[in-house]
Amino acid sequence: MIQIENLYKSFGEKAVLKGVSASFNKGKCNFVIGASGSGKSVLMKCMVGLIPVDSGSIAYDHTDFVSLNYEEKKEIRKKIGMLFQGTALFDSLNVEDNIAFPLRMFTSLSSAEVIDRVNFCLKRVNLEKVNALYPSSISGGMKKRVGIARAIALNPEYLFCDEPNSGLDPITSRLIDDLIQEITEEYNITTIINTHDMKSLFEMGDHIIFIYKGEKWWEGRKEDIRDSGNAELLQFMKASQF
Amino acid sequence: MIKFLEIIGQYVLFMGSLFSRPERFNVFLKQSFHEMYTIGVGSFGIVGLISLFTGAVSTVHIGYQLIGGLVPEYLIGRIVRDSNILEFSPTVTCLVLAGKVGSAMASEIGTMKVTEQVDALEIMGVNSASYLVLPKIVAGMLTIPILVVYAMGLSLIGGAISGELSGIISMDFFIKGLRAEFIPFSVNFALIKAFAFAIIITSISSFHGYKTEGGALEVGQSSTRAVVYSCVGIIFFDYIISELLLA
Repeated sequence: MIQIENLYKSFGEKAVLKGVSASFNKGKCNFVIGASGSGKSVLMKCMVGLIPVDSGSIAYDHTDFVSLNYEEKKEIRKKIGMLFQGTALFDSLNVEDNIAFPLRMFTSLSSAEVIDRVNFCLKRVNLEKVNALYPSSISGGMKKRVGIARAIALNPEYLFCDEPNSGLDPITSRLIDDLIQEITEEYNITTIINTHDMKSLFEMGDHIIFIYKGEKWWEGRKEDIRDSGNAELLQFMKASQF
Repeated sequence: MIKFLEIIGQYVLFMGSLFSRPERFNVFLKQSFHEMYTIGVGSFGIVGLISLFTGAVSTVHIGYQLIGGLVPEYLIGRIVRDSNILEFSPTVTCLVLAGKVGSAMASEIGTMKVTEQVDALEIMGVNSASYLVLPKIVAGMLTIPILVVYAMGLSLIGGAISGELSGIISMDFFIKGLRAEFIPFSVNFALIKAFAFAIIITSISSFHGYKTEGGALEVGQSSTRAVVYSCVGIIFFDYIISELLLA
């Protein structure tokens, strides 16, 4: 479980996060939604420590991440898997080496065991015989799946997905959603998904947080959105044709 | 001035962040060997070509100024030797490497930065600066002095060939000049410079790559800045080191 309390972040004069508090549950797909520029991506980057917060706390299973030093944060980060919007696969490494990277860095597995784990992760995301291919030679959907395979290689406790289905066709998008949902439930991961995609939200969202102009505007279950009475959230849904 | 001091401050902090224990020593070694290959083997051709011609041109220039006078002919060889060992080989080679290797380093790291690959490393718990940059600095420190020694040899060969072909100085006199009053410290001096320039090229280029933000345009700008700052750094420290060790 991840709990954030009163997160504030400004860039110069511009306040991007204004006291956001929320909790993200274990074994659930927690969605963060909001318009472009609302602060979703900054919130996610603050939560994983890529951007330092101005104030507030981020607790990973009751460990305050903000107050930890760099080395202690690294230990928490080893429990985090992240799927980036642009996948962020290493260009210079092939698919196998991309997935093996965290295993080689942080485990004492033998070469054969690393390859076994890589193949297991690839199979888990329905990819096979792509080990030798480089990211530049695979499709966007395959890159996303390789990104998921890399993210789950170390059996993470927390999975962050930034716009997991942006730029994908509806079928591949559905496939990625299903995969994230299955992995979340199968490994009991705390999954946080940043998205604009209301279709994904209504299919797999367990817990929804709506960010509006840097503030948490609404939090609840997807079933309650339509009856929320929150004008901005309803407008956001309406604009998404839901 | 404040902006300049700000950049120096950022550079110092960046350098401080590099020196952490590598997560895996074998991964660090593998990365370092890969970088050594890229810097060393990848630059052999261009460094060789430039050194041959630098030596050849310096023989022609020195011959033009000294020939026909009261100065003994073999002195041409001696001056070519000293100017190439002390100055041209380390400085020109490193200026070339700043353009070739430095811009490649800045673009590589800059591209990784703007495509979130650096963020991916950080989230995995890897010290990205140390993982990406330290092998480059170590590889540069080991490889660039070797390239400078190679450049020294080729520049003298180039000088000897051009002297013979143009009739400025015979091979025998040139070799006599190369041997005359040789001070071994000259080679040490060149190696000290090469070592310092290696740190300048690799660290400044990596620093500019690492602080890239934006997209393709910014990667190009970082690459240009890396070359410019590295060249300025080389020229500046060339003077400082010469002043300290030769004056």
